[in-house]
Amino acid sequence: MSAAAITPDLIAQHQLTSQEYDKIVSILGREPSYTELGIFSVMWSEHCSYKSSRLHLKKLPTRGKLVVQGPGENAGIIDIGGGYVIAFKIESHNHPSFIEPFQGAATGVGGILRDIFTMGARPIAVMDSLRFGRLDDPETGARNRRILSGVVSGIAHYGNCFGVPTVGGETIFESCYDGNPLVNVFALGVCRKEDVFYAKAAGIGNPVIYVGARTGRDGIHGASMASAEFTEESKQKRPNVQVGDPFLEKLLLEACLEAMHTGAIVGIQDMGAAGLTCSTCEMGSRGSVGIEIELDRVPQRETGMTPYEIMLSESQERMLLVADKGREDEVFRVFRKWGLEAVEIGLVTNDGKLRVKQHGKVVAEIPNRELADEAPLYDRPHTRPMRQAPLIAPALPAADVQKALPALMVSGDLCSKRWIWQQYDYLVRSSTVAGPGSDAAIVRIKETGTSVVMSLDGNGRYCYLSPREGAILAVAESCRNLSTVGARPVAATNCLNFGNPERPEIMAQLVEAIEGMSEACRFFGTPITGGNVSLYNETLGEGIYPTPVIGIVGLMKTAEPAGVAFRNAGRSVILLGGVGACDDTRFGGTQYAKVIAKQIWGLPPALDLEREKRVQEAIREIVNEGLAESAHDLSDGGLAVTLTECSFGPAAIGARIDLSSGLRPEVLLFHEGPSRVLLSTAYPDKVAATAARHGVDAPVVGVTMEREVEIRQNGKLLGKWEVAQLKTLYDLALESHVR
Amino acid sequence: MTFGVIVFPGSNRDHDAAYAVSSVLDQKVEIIWHDSPTLGAVDVVILPGGFAYGDYLRCGAIAKFSPVMKAVKKFAADGGLVLGICNGFQILVEAGLLPGALIRNRGLQFICREVDLRPATTNSPFTCAASKDRVYRVPIAHGEGCYFADERTLDELESEDRVAFRYVDNPNGSLRDIAGVLNRERNVMGMMPHPEDATELLMGSTDGLVVFQSLISAAVRA
Repeated sequence: MSAAAITPDLIAQHQLTSQEYDKIVSILGREPSYTELGIFSVMWSEHCSYKSSRLHLKKLPTRGKLVVQGPGENAGIIDIGGGYVIAFKIESHNHPSFIEPFQGAATGVGGILRDIFTMGARPIAVMDSLRFGRLDDPETGARNRRILSGVVSGIAHYGNCFGVPTVGGETIFESCYDGNPLVNVFALGVCRKEDVFYAKAAGIGNPVIYVGARTGRDGIHGASMASAEFTEESKQKRPNVQVGDPFLEKLLLEACLEAMHTGAIVGIQDMGAAGLTCSTCEMGSRGSVGIEIELDRVPQRETGMTPYEIMLSESQERMLLVADKGREDEVFRVFRKWGLEAVEIGLVTNDGKLRVKQHGKVVAEIPNRELADEAPLYDRPHTRPMRQAPLIAPALPAADVQKALPALMVSGDLCSKRWIWQQYDYLVRSSTVAGPGSDAAIVRIKETGTSVVMSLDGNGRYCYLSPREGAILAVAESCRNLSTVGARPVAATNCLNFGNPERPEIMAQLVEAIEGMSEACRFFGTPITGGNVSLYNETLGEGIYPTPVIGIVGLMKTAEPAGVAFRNAGRSVILLGGVGACDDTRFGGTQYAKVIAKQIWGLPPALDLEREKRVQEAIREIVNEGLAESAHDLSDGGLAVTLTECSFGPAAIGARIDLSSGLRPEVLLFHEGPSRVLLSTAYPDKVAATAARHGVDAPVVGVTMEREVEIRQNGKLLGKWEVAQLKTLYDLALESHVR
Repeated sequence: MTFGVIVFPGSNRDHDAAYAVSSVLDQKVEIIWHDSPTLGAVDVVILPGGFAYGDYLRCGAIAKFSPVMKAVKKFAADGGLVLGICNGFQILVEAGLLPGALIRNRGLQFICREVDLRPATTNSPFTCAASKDRVYRVPIAHGEGCYFADERTLDELESEDRVAFRYVDNPNGSLRDIAGVLNRERNVMGMMPHPEDATELLMGSTDGLVVFQSLISAAVRA
C-alpha cells in the first residue's frame, strides 16, 4: 500500500469535502488507503456520481410503452418493432475538448460508441451538438478557430475510421463559450431484441476478463477534471486527456459483437470515465456481487504503474466483461481472431466488495454498492436563475430587411455548416436517408423497413433568458424536426451543460431547465432513457449560458423524404401555423436580436404546447400522405431565414410571398415563434383541409418561382434577393470565418 | 454470379458492398477474411472501403501484406475480375496491381459528398454498361483520394484507354481528374467514389449500379 499519508490537503486535492471524507471513513470503518481515496474521489466526482443533479434528474419521465431500458445502464433502449431495438445516448466531452480539441473530441466519440456497443448494439448513427466561442473576436478568435478545427477533425478522424455515419447535429457560436466549448456527442445503435447485453456481473466464481488497449498513465483523473472549473492551470492538464485509436475501437466492436454471440458472456461494460474503477464496481453493484481483481494481470503500457494509477487510468478502447466459467476459451478465441488482448484479471465473488490486489496483497477493498450507488447526494441551494439581460426591449432603429437577411444568412449560427459536415462520412453503411442539412436525420433499418429519425436541439440563449421555457422550447423544436419529416417522436436523451452548481443562481438554472424538460418530455410522450450532466462549465468564474441539449428519437416507415428544398416553380407556399404573434419582449432572444441588434433582452419566444402538438400532428399527416413537396420547420432566424433555406435546393427554386400582418417588418420576418412549418405543395386545398381538421391555420402565403426570393407585407415590397447570390454567401461563410 | 467481399481489419464499407450485391442486385456474396489463403469459387473480388489496419502508416500499406492479397494477385493474374473501391483502390495501388498513388486531398480535409462522374471508357468489364454521354452521380468519402502518377504513367493510361472514370468537378486535386483506373489487362479496376452507396433511390442515387451491372453483363458475355 502506498505510504502517502492522508492529509486534509490530499483530500482537498481529490476534490472531496471533509464530510465526504467522513462518509468514506464510516463506510470502510477505517481510514482509506491512498488508492482507495483515489477510487472514491473519481466515483464520487460530479461527473460519475451526479451528486448535484441526481435529486432533480428523478423528476424526468423515464418510462414508456417502448422503453426496454431506461437510465442506469450504458445507454437507453427502445423497442422499434420487428424484433429490433435501438440503443442511444448523448455524452459531453467539454473539458477535454478545450484542453486538447482533436483528441478531446475524438475520444468523446469513442466513449459514446463504446456505450452503445457494450449493450450489444451496432452503432449506426452519430450526431454532434457543438458550441464554440466567437470566431472573429480579436482576443479569443484565433483560439476559438483552432478549437473548432480541432474538434471537427477529431470527430471526423474517429467516426470516419470507425465506420459510423455522422448524420447531423448543430453548431452555435456565442461569447459565453469562448473559454469553454461544448462538445456533446450522440450515438445510436441497433440490435435484435434478444441480443441486448447488460453491464451486470453475475455468477460467483465467473472470470472477469479485460479486453482491448493496454492501460497507461493517460487520462488519470479525467472524471475529476471534468468536475471542476477551469483556471489558468487547467491548460497544464493536457496529460489528463486521453488519446483515441478508432481502429482499435472498430476491432473491439466487431470482436465484442461476435463474442456476445457465442453466448459465453454474462455481462460487459466499457471502461470510460474512471476506467477500471468504474467498470468493476458498477458491474458488481448492479449484480449485487463482489469483484476481485489482481492488478499484476492487467495489461500495462508502462512499467512501474501504481495501483492508484492503474485503477484511475482512462486509457481508451478497453472493455471489461464477465464470462461463463468454463467457456472462457470461446471468448478468448474471438478476441484472438481480431488480434486483441483478452486477459482474465479476476473473478466474481459473493461478498459484494471490490477487492483490488497487487502482487497478491490487497490494496483496496470497498463495498461496491456504497461506492457506486451511495455517493453523496446534494440538495444544493438554488435561488433565482442568473440573468443579466434586461427584460425590457431597447429602442431599435428601423429595420433594413433587404440588408438584414443576407447578414443573418452569413452569421455563424445560421450559415451553412457544410464545411463541417463534409468532413464527416455521413453515408457509410448506405442507410442514410436524410443526413446533414435535413430538419431531422433519417437512418433506415434495412432489416425491418422502419427508419429511425433523430434530432439534437438546444438553445443556450433562450435558456439564459428563461431556463424553463428554453428547455421546453428545445424539446418542442426537436420533436417538430421529427414531425416535419413525418416521424413520430418516441424517446429522448439529454445532455445538461451548466456552470458551477455550488452557486445558487446556477443551480437554479439547472433545476428549472430539468423541470421544463421534464414537463415537455411528458407532454410529447418522449421519456428520457439516459443522458449526461456536465457541470462546472466555467472558466475563471465566467459561466456558460445554461445549455440543456435534447436528442429526440422517433420512428417512421422507410420512405423517400420530402426534403427541405422547394422542387418546382409554381407551387403554393403554405405557412402551417400562420405568421404567429410576437411582442417586443419575446423578440429579444432571436438571431435578429443577437446579430443585427447586437444585444439580447426579454424572454424566449412564447410557446403554446397544445397548439404545438396540433401543428406537429398536422404536418406529420400532410407529409405522410405525400401532400408536401417540401417541408421545413421554422426555428432560428424565423420565417425569412427558413424561406431562404428552402430555396437552396439543387434547382435553386425561390418564392414570392406576401404576408398580411400588422407586425413590424423585422418582427414579422425574423421572430422565432415556434409551432410553424413552411411547406410547398401542388395540393393546397388538401393541405388546408388536413390542417383545418387539426385546428391549425394554414394560410397560402405565396408561390414558388425560379431564381428569386421576394417578400412583401400587405402588398408592399420588403426585399428581393437572387437565390444564387444568397446561396454563395451562405455556403462560403463558415469557411471564411474559420480562415 | 458470386462476388467475394474481402474484410480487412478496419474495413467499414464491406457491409455496403455486400448489401448492394446481394440485396439490390440479387447476386451471391462470399465474405472473405483477410487471413484466408484462398478466395474460393468467386467470379469477382471486391476490396471494400474503410481504414484497413487503421491506415495509420499509409493507406493500404499494411493491407497489401495480408495473406489474402497473395490469393488476390494470383486471381488477377489468372484473369479474375478485381474491383477496389476507395480504401480497396488504395490497397490495389500499394500492392502494385494498379499504377500511381493516392495522396491527401488537395484541400487536406476528408471530403464526403456526391460527385458527378463521367465514364472515360466503356471498354472494360466495369464500365461496359455505361454511357460516355452522361454523368453518374456517386458519393465520395475519403481523405486521401488525390490520384497521382508521373506524366509518363498518366500519358500511358490515357493512350491505352485505361482511365475508367473522371470527375466532372474535381473534388480532391486528382491529376487529369482521374477517379478510377484499369490495369493493362483491364480485369482490375480501382476507383475512389462509392458505387455501392448509390444503388437505391433511398441512398439518393442509383447511378452506382452501372459498375455492378457492367460486371454482370460482362460475365454473361464471357
